[in-house]
Amino acid sequence: MQKIVIIGNGISGVTAARHIRKKSDAELLIISDETPYFFSRTALMYVFMGHMRKQDIKPYEDWFWKKNRIDLLQDYVSGIKASDSELSLQSGKKIKFDKLIIATGSKPNKFGWPGQDLKGVQGLYSMQDLDNLTKRADEIQRAVIVGGGLIGVELAEMLVSRGIEVVFLVRENRFWGSVLPVEEGNLISNHIQKHHIDLRFNTELDQIFGDENGVVNEIITKDGERISCQFVGLTAGVSPNVEWLKNSAINIDRGIVVNQYFETNLPNIYAIGDCAQFQVPVEGRKNIEQVWYTGRIMGETLAATLTGNRKAYQPGPWFNSAKFFDIEYQTYGNVNANRAANELDFYWQHPTKEIAIHLVWEKSNEIFIGINVFGLRMRHELFNQWLKTKVHIDEVMANLRIANFDPEFYKRYENEILDSFNLQTGKNIRLLKQKWWQKVLG
Amino acid sequence: MKLVKNIGLVIFLIGLGIFTVLPFIGGVKLSDEMMRNILTESELNNLENRFEKEIIDIDFTSSYGFGSAVKGIYDDVNEEFRANKQWDKVMHTSPKEFSLKLAKVAAYGPVKDNKFAFFLLSFGLAILGAFIFILTDLKLKGPPGIKNDGIYHDPNTSRGWIGMITAAWLIGFYLLLYIAPYGIVNMIFVVEPVKWLFVEGGEASQWFLYGFMYTISMTIMGVRMIIKYRHNKYQIVRTISVVFFQFVFAFLLVEILPLFDLPGKDLKNAWPLDYSFLFDWNVKGLIENGTFGRFVFVWSILLSVIIVPTLVYFYGKRWYCSWVCGCGGLAETVGDPFRQLSNKKLWSWKMERWMIHLVLVFAIIMTIFTGYHTYNEIYGGPEMQDKHILFGFSAYNIREVYGFFIGTIFAGVIGTGFYPILGNRSWCRFGCPLAAYMGIVQRFKSRFRITTNGGQCISCGNCSTYCEQGIDVRAYAQKGQNIVRASCVGCGVCSAVCPRGVLKLENGPEKGRFGNEGPIVLGNDGFQLNV
Repeated sequence: MQKIVIIGNGISGVTAARHIRKKSDAELLIISDETPYFFSRTALMYVFMGHMRKQDIKPYEDWFWKKNRIDLLQDYVSGIKASDSELSLQSGKKIKFDKLIIATGSKPNKFGWPGQDLKGVQGLYSMQDLDNLTKRADEIQRAVIVGGGLIGVELAEMLVSRGIEVVFLVRENRFWGSVLPVEEGNLISNHIQKHHIDLRFNTELDQIFGDENGVVNEIITKDGERISCQFVGLTAGVSPNVEWLKNSAINIDRGIVVNQYFETNLPNIYAIGDCAQFQVPVEGRKNIEQVWYTGRIMGETLAATLTGNRKAYQPGPWFNSAKFFDIEYQTYGNVNANRAANELDFYWQHPTKEIAIHLVWEKSNEIFIGINVFGLRMRHELFNQWLKTKVHIDEVMANLRIANFDPEFYKRYENEILDSFNLQTGKNIRLLKQKWWQKVLG
Repeated sequence: MKLVKNIGLVIFLIGLGIFTVLPFIGGVKLSDEMMRNILTESELNNLENRFEKEIIDIDFTSSYGFGSAVKGIYDDVNEEFRANKQWDKVMHTSPKEFSLKLAKVAAYGPVKDNKFAFFLLSFGLAILGAFIFILTDLKLKGPPGIKNDGIYHDPNTSRGWIGMITAAWLIGFYLLLYIAPYGIVNMIFVVEPVKWLFVEGGEASQWFLYGFMYTISMTIMGVRMIIKYRHNKYQIVRTISVVFFQFVFAFLLVEILPLFDLPGKDLKNAWPLDYSFLFDWNVKGLIENGTFGRFVFVWSILLSVIIVPTLVYFYGKRWYCSWVCGCGGLAETVGDPFRQLSNKKLWSWKMERWMIHLVLVFAIIMTIFTGYHTYNEIYGGPEMQDKHILFGFSAYNIREVYGFFIGTIFAGVIGTGFYPILGNRSWCRFGCPLAAYMGIVQRFKSRFRITTNGGQCISCGNCSTYCEQGIDVRAYAQKGQNIVRASCVGCGVCSAVCPRGVLKLENGPEKGRFGNEGPIVLGNDGFQLNV
């Protein structure tokens, strides 16, 4: 029987294992150094904040793995001998494989800042990161977070929930400026400040200083400002966790180089998830994709290939979501930080509440390109279909009511949004009407 | 503000503390004259001798001690009659009610003399303190949004020591209320001033005390719920609804209707949750009570047979369980801090299906027996009077067993007393026969479902953790499936706590309800799920 070994028990590796098992009887082994069981990495913050316990962020009960004949091994893979199809583990064990899937994820970026390896300086990626932070939490009065992205804002929320003062250094002039357009960036920046975060724009870290015990006690910014602190969160992005492969025969660039079938330069060795780097990216997408959803799609796609249905990576229209303190964010299609010359856009924000919608479409043929929503929920299936079939922006606008996914009884803003849209574009789009009894019956 | 909150907590604890020590204040002493005034002639004949020796003019330090002594004698005497087969002499008043009646008359002390003052010192302070404590959250907890910080660090909400004390207090109170109400006569006295709002100089029963506590706790904790979820209109509307139904239907109307000589029925309480519906005294009470009584009788039948399943078809069982029901209402308000403690494991789901459906079967059998008995009583003619044996079992025994184990122990002591241990819906999930009945409709014939929003789930587990019914919501959401489960009461909290906007409670066409008929947009141009 064929033996498939997966390194990494994150969403990519586990999704691959599950989907292989659905279609095949192959022997399956997942090796991870981090935890004995799969957990939801995105939920680490909730454990720290006391919303959940560690056992609550495991998506499957512990019996699941045995029942599905997926073997789990907690160990660290220290080397790959591709010619022998063999892995050597830190424990000294050797493991043979017929097929190997590498899904080792990412590591927080460290850009060579002096003092970056001091005690109390860390990212927030792994269970160990959570444990380290938890251990130190009571000693932190003030923390500095470096890097204004998704993990940064989550870390800020975590620290604030324990009454820790947070100074948040952001290189751009607004929060997540590389991804969010100005309007949204400002909306979220204001919201973060409402939660008493000391948000510093256009500010970069220069050096980190520690005390005689090697514990961080101060940082200095590039403008020369000194900030005393007991914790520094490094959240300036992540990069593929591939250093351990440096001496192997596997082709590494920033990540493990793969083709659209996740095949590396060596036969029977594949890479998926955050650690994979596409030689040729899917049109309109990056060559390294580091979100939960893409990891899941890659795992599922490779599983199809390994069970006899060879499939290229076709992730479909882009989607993502996040939550910035109290503001939920969803995006479908592409809304870039800056408008390209061929794009038109429409932005609406509630005059007082933190609710916003941003739509982008093609200037020439008015085909819908993408949407950002804040404080509103939208139906994924519908937008997925619209993006795939390339519908006109007017159709999207006229159907905003059925596209809405907010809970029942929520106040609806389609009329305000459309009025504003019509005013800006000179169009006259009307919402499709619902009868009263349709509303009552849902 | 934090200081104000703590002051609120202290005031609340003082009020609660005073309420808790009420049973130990004053004493109980039954005089010969009192005995002769209260006891019926036959009771006097049966009990006088032993009362004179063991009860009369003896100063009991607590009503519990007094009541236990009285109940002991009462039971002894009855047992002797039974042993001697002196059936005509056996007394049929419930011993605990008999003891309670005596204890109320014979009690003395500051509480009985100053009911209103002690009402203010106990309920007054507790209510005031609770409101201060809760209202400060408006400022302390920051802008509107999900407020679950620290729930698993808090010894109250994570099965810590405060949770255990809370559970012990609740269980103790329930046991006294149901089994030894004579122990809490002082607690009953302090709510009498409330009873006087309805009946001048009226006397309160232990059920009035319970109803008042229930309603007032639900109201206060309802305010807390609304503050906690003030960004979520579904939660606000639902909480107002459930508190309204408790306040008006289960409390006010039950007190007001009897003032007009009408039956004090809780009109929203549907069989089989209302298990005494076909008991002889209930049916007689209704059909002998004029037009309104007969209307209530017909209404109860319509409610259970037509209204309940029809509304479940259109809206799911949530219309009852989390919008109307009293048990559900307590769970959604007082029980909200404990919702995360429900068990999410697969074995508990298996256990749930066995237990709740067995209770439903038991309720139906019990109702058939009592219905047979009641029918004989009313239409059976003289020779059928009191015919209560069917297939060798007595309707009285069956309804007594059901009332004790299901009505008292399961719904009351376990259902509420174990909030801080088992979560806030263990009765609704494992025991309520009405929930079982509606669950069957909801699972197989309903327009209700929780829709999963395509591929947006990140498997974080907030939905499952905060599901009070122990549904592993995440297991469905991460596969892109809709959630269609018999036990879902539609509280909407999974949808509220989801950080990625994945879940939505919806009513819609039955076709496609399970959400696994089309491709699921988890990516790769959608793939088909094998179901």
